[in-house]
Amino acid sequence: MQRGAGLFFKGDNLVIDLSVSIGKIKLKNPVMTASGTFGYGDEFAEYFDIGRLGAVVVKGLSLKPKQGNPPPRIVETPAGMLNSIGLQNIGAEKFINEKLPFLRKHDTTVVVNFFGDTIEEYVEAAEILSSADGIHALEMNISCPNKEEGWSIFGTDPKVTAKVVNAVRKSTSLNLIVKLSPNVTDIAQMAKVAEDAGADAVSLINTITGMAVDIKTRRPRLANIKGGLSGPAIRPVAVRMVWECYNAVKIPVIGMGGIVTADDAVEFIIAGASAIAVGTGNFVTPLASMNVLEGIEKYMSDEGINSIDELRGSLICG
Amino acid sequence: MSEIFRAKIKENRPLTNHHYLLTLHPLINIALPNPGQFFMLSVDESLDPLLKRPFSVHRTVEGGFQILYRVVGKATKILSAKSPGDEIEALGPLGNGFPLNISNSENVILTAGGMGIAPMLALADKIAGLKPLLFYGARTAGELLCLDDFRDSGIEPIISTDDGTCGRKGSVIDSLESYISSAGSNNFGLYACGPKPMLSSLSKFCAKHEITAYMALEESMACGIGTCLGCVVKTNEGYKRVCKEGPVFSSREIIW
Ligand SMILES: Cc1cc2nc3c(=O)[nH]c(=O)nc-3n(C[C@H](O)[C@H](O)[C@H](O)COP(=O)(O)OP(=O)(O)OC[C@H]3O[C@@H](n4cnc5c(N)ncnc54)[C@H](O)[C@@H]3O)c2cc1C
Ligand SMILES: Cc1cc2nc3c(=O)[nH]c(=O)nc-3n(C[C@H](O)[C@H](O)[C@H](O)COP(=O)(O)O)c2cc1C
Ligand code: FES
Repeated sequence: MQRGAGLFFKGDNLVIDLSVSIGKIKLKNPVMTASGTFGYGDEFAEYFDIGRLGAVVVKGLSLKPKQGNPPPRIVETPAGMLNSIGLQNIGAEKFINEKLPFLRKHDTTVVVNFFGDTIEEYVEAAEILSSADGIHALEMNISCPNKEEGWSIFGTDPKVTAKVVNAVRKSTSLNLIVKLSPNVTDIAQMAKVAEDAGADAVSLINTITGMAVDIKTRRPRLANIKGGLSGPAIRPVAVRMVWECYNAVKIPVIGMGGIVTADDAVEFIIAGASAIAVGTGNFVTPLASMNVLEGIEKYMSDEGINSIDELRGSLICG
Repeated sequence: MSEIFRAKIKENRPLTNHHYLLTLHPLINIALPNPGQFFMLSVDESLDPLLKRPFSVHRTVEGGFQILYRVVGKATKILSAKSPGDEIEALGPLGNGFPLNISNSENVILTAGGMGIAPMLALADKIAGLKPLLFYGARTAGELLCLDDFRDSGIEPIISTDDGTCGRKGSVIDSLESYISSAGSNNFGLYACGPKPMLSSLSKFCAKHEITAYMALEESMACGIGTCLGCVVKTNEGYKRVCKEGPVFSSREIIW
């Protein structure tokens, strides 16, 4: 039986505490949704009470609406999928006016993922989002091209990463999560850069750049040629990266990459994740995040673990 | 309202070497699907294939609905090996479906190419009273499906095949062209489903003859419920989601 935020009772004894802290905010449980796989929350509300989630993370927003890449935009690959959506979104303003009121009605933490083409755009988007009522945290996506620096990715050059995170940090007092790109040599270094620039938490991993070819037509399967790989195929890479970041920074680490079941999620928590996000899993079944939540509870009860804190980073080496 | 539900396979009947008729009985009450709507089916408990696959509702039947499918790859191959009594997970009904009250509904033409025949029977069942004509094209005679089902509804398919093994040799648009010129009128409402090149030519044909046309499109899908933005098609109002704003669009909207 559930009484209040994340606390589970058996008789009168407190048994399991699912709540976790991410910087200044507390989530009632560690289950979040990964940006771009949960829309703005409304479609999923048809299948379950999204208020049960630890946090809803919405599709990445930019200052102005963005139309995205031409189709085909997705293709299934072994144990995963490639996408080249191209960050299509309705823009910060329309989100605040048309989507946020719906999310506010639910008893969950609202995390808004955002990005920009330039540092100025990041700052402006962060300011607009920070002034809206009902947003609890911002997640900045730095896996997107930097218009000023010849479209290289913000999140792969430590100097540029430091600059953009610093700038956003100064423009918002909201909890700031920096979402790291896995397309780097040393992800722990990037986590450290984000921490030093004032991030309250890091989340990882974003998709891994990939490509697939139709051998009959000899054409790329995506119109954009390259795309981002997600799903179970990337999970071992993600778990490794979460573990490296957990060992490198003091701020909380949010883990994602191929989580479909509770077992997958627990792997990340043991490797050091304070919270986890379900991404491509939401496409496998819209109930994936609820299955993960219920499964984590069951795992903890079966294993006699009382709190996520007890489980987090409990990896035994050697 | 769509639902995520489990359904029991009532029948999975081969119609040709690579076409099957699947009858599903949902284990919960679901909304009655409209013609042109679709379901996302999970063909196996394992995560391989990972994503659900979209299939149009072919017909609603006592206790459930039918899917008419062609084996083209991994998921459809697995599905074809399923037996009565097996259960699968499904999501739906999804999408908008065909608009049923179009202005010139006294003269209705259904146009299907290849697997595009799948949603047409559901539509024919619904509007049989309007005595629609069906123009049906396939590669070869052996790929023509459900002819008797249409005949039972009083619709005699006007057939064309690429190789001329049944009906007129040529495309379904050739057949339409000669019909329209002999009918001497363009006061038709047209519904279509088929491969993209066919729909694209048909769209030009309809524009030329000023015919109102509604077309069911296909795109690769991940979620089926409007969240991944993977299934978009270019329209004169920007990209639209085939799973949400579609799969049926007015032919005038689409930028081919
Ligand atoms: C809204 C909608 C309704 C559909 N209704 C039906 C239906 O009623 N009956 C039916 O048989 N199919 C239908 N389809 C197509 C069906 O979804 C695909 O055939 C199926 O996903 C293939 O899965 P697979 O794993 O067997 O093939 P995959 O392994 O995914 O693909 C095998 C090969 O088939 C090709 N292919 C895959 N999907 C399509 C497609 N949509 N169109 C053309 N080629 C494709 C691939 O490019 C590849 O070369 C529909 C699709 C959509 C979007
Ligand atoms: C279709 C799709 C769209 C995505 N859009 C975004 C986005 O807008 N912003 C972002 O930071 N990450 C985006 N991602 C990345 C996911 O949030 C997540 O980091 C990644 O997919 C790995 O998790 P998964 O394997 O569980 O999907 C997207 C992923 C997918 C599959
Ligand atoms: S399939 Fe995901 S938006 Fe249409």
